[in-house]
Amino acid sequence: MDDILMPQAKAPVGKKVIEVKGLCKAFSGNEVLKNISTDIKRGEVVFVVGPSGSGKSTFLRCLNLLETPTSGEIYFDGTNICDKNTDIDKLRQRMGMVFQQFNLFPHMSILKNMTLAPVKLLKMKEEEADAEAERLLKRVGLSDKKDAYPNQLSGGQKQRIAIVRALMMKPEVMLFDEPTSALDPEMVGEVLGVMRELAREHMTMVVVTHEMGFAREVADRVMFLDGGDFVEEAAPKEFFSNPKSERLKAFLSKVL
Amino acid sequence: MAKWLSGAAEWWGRYFSPEQFYLNFVEDDRFFKYIIGGLKTTVIITIFAVLLGIILGFIVGIVRSTHEKTGKLKFLNAICRVYLSVIRGTPVVVQLMIMYYCIFISPDASKMMVAVLAFGINSGAYVAEIFRSGIMSIDNGQFEAGRSLGFNYRQTVIYIIMPQAVKNVLPALCNEFIALLKETSVSGFIAINELTKGGDIIRSRTYNPYLPLFTVAVFYWITVTVLTALVGRLEKKLRKNDVR
Repeated sequence: MDDILMPQAKAPVGKKVIEVKGLCKAFSGNEVLKNISTDIKRGEVVFVVGPSGSGKSTFLRCLNLLETPTSGEIYFDGTNICDKNTDIDKLRQRMGMVFQQFNLFPHMSILKNMTLAPVKLLKMKEEEADAEAERLLKRVGLSDKKDAYPNQLSGGQKQRIAIVRALMMKPEVMLFDEPTSALDPEMVGEVLGVMRELAREHMTMVVVTHEMGFAREVADRVMFLDGGDFVEEAAPKEFFSNPKSERLKAFLSKVL
Repeated sequence: MAKWLSGAAEWWGRYFSPEQFYLNFVEDDRFFKYIIGGLKTTVIITIFAVLLGIILGFIVGIVRSTHEKTGKLKFLNAICRVYLSVIRGTPVVVQLMIMYYCIFISPDASKMMVAVLAFGINSGAYVAEIFRSGIMSIDNGQFEAGRSLGFNYRQTVIYIIMPQAVKNVLPALCNEFIALLKETSVSGFIAINELTKGGDIIRSRTYNPYLPLFTVAVFYWITVTVLTALVGRLEKKLRKNDVR
């Protein structure tokens, strides 16, 4: 038990958990996403890559409605999250999100950062939440930081805390928005390590990243987003070694 | 030079002699009646006006920032904007007199209550803008982190945004309260015997402008200094669990 980040992540694998149908998003007339459709299955690790400004982050943020789609439908576990009558707060409790800028709460200790949401939203008992938080902290090697404040931590430590803070809600899906882009190079590894373990435990993950090597290593599927549309998607081996479209070839030649 | 010196001595003797001290402060119990009594009135008006101002300002600040963040509460926001515009666009003395002579026409109305209402409503407008700027100054990532964990807008504001915003605006709030304390000096316009009016009453009885008005000034200064120190300590306490 102790060596597992997310015991409950071992849900039946293979069922569609997120379905995106005809997703469009425009910011004041500027079309960022153009009629995107895709499915994400339970236990699948999907990486979204592409050039800057291609709409990767916007796509990810639409999945938990941090951005409201201009049109189209997104289903989470069969529920249309774009429907006005959907309780999005309830659904967001089942989707963890990790941000490029960590977004830890600076006025709370690390322990409080982690226990706030499960105690207030899942009505978890304070002691129970503390115990779970300490278990996760131990797992990511930050037990000694539980009483520290976010501003006392390094970027890599903050991001590991951000990941386990999201895990405290026992999410079914984890969304990663460029989790290592704001880190010093020597701190990238420790964050990727935690993500790698999550992937191994069959957490459903959607990852927006520039870490191509990491994508090749842990992804089940890599999707190439360019100009607001998925140009190509494939298993990582195929994706990196045998790109079909010219645009992907050009992109890979620049980043690899 | 000698002439100037003797002139100065005469001036000092006229206004600062022990007899003058006796006349201005002891006779008729003037110090306690007008200075201490006036200070008490000033402080009471200020305290209740501050409380009213915080409540009003908090509500208006929340409405305004919620509208800015989410685009909701259009109607309430419009009302708040009218309130801010009217209150900030007119002098507080005029507001006080309108409150007393036009709204509470009845002579039975407690002048203190009228003053508390007028100053509280006035202060609320400034406090609202302080709160709004405090909320808007918190990084949007904090909102998003809260929302992505499953908190609704209200919970996010209560648990995550407000504790940080209040800490940030404390110095500005302190300024507002100091300004409010001093603004109450115009209460004399509706015949409230607060500190300034108290000094003025003594002056009109003794024909000595120096002693009573200097005393009034010193008591304002002491009150403001104490207030500043108290807020400073509160600020320090709040900062303690927020190592940066």
